[in-house]
Amino acid sequence: MISFEHVSITYPGATEPVLSDVNLQIPEGELVLVVGRTGSGKTTLLRAINGLVPHFTGGTLAGRILIDGRDTAVNPPRELADLVGVVQQDPMSGFVSDTVEEELAYGMECLGLAPDVMRRRVEETLDLLGLADLRNRPLLSLSAGQRQRVAIGSVLTSHPKVLVLDEPTSALDPGAAEDVLAALQRLVHDLNVTVVMAEHRLERVVQYADRIVIVPSDGAPVSNGTPSEMMGNSPIAPPVVELGRLAGWQPLPLTIRDARRAAGPLRELLTGRTAPLRVINGERDSTPLATTNHLTVLYGDVAALRNVSTTVTRGEIVALMGRNGAGKSTLLSTMVGLRATSSGLVRTNGKDPREIKAAELVHSVGLVPQDPGDLLEASSVASECRSSDHDASVEPGTTRALLALLAPEVLDGTHPRDLSEGQRLLLALAIVLAARPPLLLLDEPTRGLDYPTKTRLVKILRELAANGHGIVLATHDVELVAEVATRVIVLAEGEIVADGPTNSVVLASPMFAPQVAKILAPQNWLTVAEVRAGMAVG
Amino acid sequence: MTRSLLALPRWLHPAAWWIWALGLAAAASRTTNPLLLVLIIAVAAVVVSARKPDAPWGRSFMFFLRLGVAVIVIRVAVQLFLGAAFGTTILLPLPGLTLPSWLSGARLGGDITFESLLLAFYDGLRLATILMCVGAANSLASPSRLLKSVPAALYEFGVSVVVAMTFTPQLVTDVDRVRTARRLRGRPTSGVRAIAGSAMPVFEGALEKSVTLAAAMDSRGYGRRGAVSAARRRTNSVLLLIGLVAACIGAYALIAAGSPLALGLPMLVVGVSVCIVSITMSARAAVRTRYRPDPWALPETLVAGAGVIVAFSFVAGAWLSIAGLDTPSNPPTWPVLPLLPLIGLVIATTPAITAPVLPRSSPVQMKKIEVTA
Repeated sequence: MISFEHVSITYPGATEPVLSDVNLQIPEGELVLVVGRTGSGKTTLLRAINGLVPHFTGGTLAGRILIDGRDTAVNPPRELADLVGVVQQDPMSGFVSDTVEEELAYGMECLGLAPDVMRRRVEETLDLLGLADLRNRPLLSLSAGQRQRVAIGSVLTSHPKVLVLDEPTSALDPGAAEDVLAALQRLVHDLNVTVVMAEHRLERVVQYADRIVIVPSDGAPVSNGTPSEMMGNSPIAPPVVELGRLAGWQPLPLTIRDARRAAGPLRELLTGRTAPLRVINGERDSTPLATTNHLTVLYGDVAALRNVSTTVTRGEIVALMGRNGAGKSTLLSTMVGLRATSSGLVRTNGKDPREIKAAELVHSVGLVPQDPGDLLEASSVASECRSSDHDASVEPGTTRALLALLAPEVLDGTHPRDLSEGQRLLLALAIVLAARPPLLLLDEPTRGLDYPTKTRLVKILRELAANGHGIVLATHDVELVAEVATRVIVLAEGEIVADGPTNSVVLASPMFAPQVAKILAPQNWLTVAEVRAGMAVG
Repeated sequence: MTRSLLALPRWLHPAAWWIWALGLAAAASRTTNPLLLVLIIAVAAVVVSARKPDAPWGRSFMFFLRLGVAVIVIRVAVQLFLGAAFGTTILLPLPGLTLPSWLSGARLGGDITFESLLLAFYDGLRLATILMCVGAANSLASPSRLLKSVPAALYEFGVSVVVAMTFTPQLVTDVDRVRTARRLRGRPTSGVRAIAGSAMPVFEGALEKSVTLAAAMDSRGYGRRGAVSAARRRTNSVLLLIGLVAACIGAYALIAAGSPLALGLPMLVVGVSVCIVSITMSARAAVRTRYRPDPWALPETLVAGAGVIVAFSFVAGAWLSIAGLDTPSNPPTWPVLPLLPLIGLVIATTPAITAPVLPRSSPVQMKKIEVTA
């Protein structure tokens, strides 16, 4: 179905090709997972499938890409639209019309299909993706998971043989991600669609894949094979695979179910040994960094937060979890005074954050927003650091020194837009930390981060907490929570439904439990590192 | 046409509603008779209340109603304070001040006469009526629904308007995000500097979004090679635009007082025929098809026809200069009801019955747009 023959792609102005000599044969009806570090050329590979690279982006293509026998060099994306459907990273940015039904029909209108065919396919697609109740809803009013399903539906109506998705679940909560993945699996099984997707969250997708393509970042050749082959020695792997390697299971399990069946001996070995309890190390002091007391926040007549009372102290890493739209981001922005409270109290460092001037606020609380790029506006890393020193009124060079600790490889002259997702996050973190706020808030920090960068972030967060910072993360990433959080707060419809130590909250929930916990239940191990330590004891 | 099709619940073609409403507006523009104007508003209100959808735009008639009242109040107030007094019935003697000639010799204050107030009221009422007709069209058929039925020759134009309409709310979110970011970095969020500082990121964001959107549209087959050449397509669009402009001039000449009928009618006929030629040509050549287009059946013809008839009855009345279309305010005369426009107005009420009822569950259930922080 898809064949890459000696493909090399070089962007204009670049000296090195992004991809060199790629050879790839993907048969019909496979679900292919493309993995690699950020900036390794995954997106380029995906966009080459429908000809957006090089027709839309410019650059030169050497070699040949054939999709169902059609050469992308002579067929621009619009001529391949009946064959390849592409869902971009942010589905909202690709929507052309304003309601669900019309968005589903748009592609077919462009292809000039007959009205009765269009009508039938729209109805079929609405059922296939569970969108029937939403058919007349404006796209702006949909949740992130619903938008992703509409985006998939809108390309499916053209009956493409190939579906290309760029990080379809990275912005979704675990439940919505499962919905989307179930829909994709149905397409592969029932309709024989070939699906190619890039995704960092391997723990969510690896069990669905028929083939894995690894795009290395160091210029090594692109390799591909079955998931168990590729996961055996891949530098990036989900926790289930890492646990399998640690315990020496053969064949390497990829799903929780297989791993549980192999895990009997390990569970026995670990019986009687206790997982280390998450304790707050470092200086601990009972004065709260942030307090909310019966906090209620309204948007119009919708309550984004209801009666939320909680406290964050020094040395804590608190994870805020819950569905998209449960009020996580609202709680964070209320803590920095971006939202007015409708009733109740918020205090950060003992003061109402809305009463404090911005220049003063940065010294008591810092927020890294969902898209860290929002914070960046200068044209080079160096000038970004200089203006940060000025904003925070600290010694010149403070931010640069922090950045050198967090991300030593980032160069002064680089434009912030050319940094990878992870580097941008670390630059924003350095800017926020320059003012030395005791309380640090992060909104979805691991969205779009690859495993190595995530590991680095985990280390940084632990060190900050050990130095007495209080940290609050809003996140969907259950593995991150299992790694770092000392406490978990679960929000649903603006209310706190659970608040307690990580082990007790996370283990009790099938949705928020990390893979290791699911495999070793009823024992309460959360991460591979904990299991390794537990095995070493004996 | 069988009765069952007439009665079947469905949406009326938006263009039919607009033709009907513009016909009413054209009628209103030809009269200063307050009785006729109030009747026109009543006709619009009756039809709107009978066939208004339960959607956000359905409520816009109330907004236009309030706007109309404001227009009348403003018009009368302007007359009170600035207008030249005429007539003999002084309601309130007040001292006046005539500004020197280098200030255009305008007058401030002065006696308030019944005649001048009456004239201002009639004038305001006429403007308010026209506004309410537009409001009626707006609440019966949303502008974006109308946009979806633009002819294929104007398709590109329609797409750009839709894209612009979805971009505007996103721009507002972008401005909000940038302001947030400034606060998080400890910078002031108000003042000239803050606005200048946030303009760049917002524009950059908008540019990036449009590039993404262009890529998405390209991947979904926008602008696929058709059987028709680009030159031919352009000719079609130009032809349609010329036709539309000619039709507008013709319609204006027909409606506006004082222009010869000999100019208006031929212009209108030529304009409309050029439009029809262009639309059929591009429809024949179009590669793209349309999903669930609104059909044009008997109810549409009846509704649009009612609008055309009411406009014609007023225009013809003015042309024949029948008594009662204009109500003189100096000296004040009691308005009378002329027969011909009255018949036109009765016909204009028929859409309340001839237009199909709406489907039970109104198709747009606008949930409150959630603000995600």
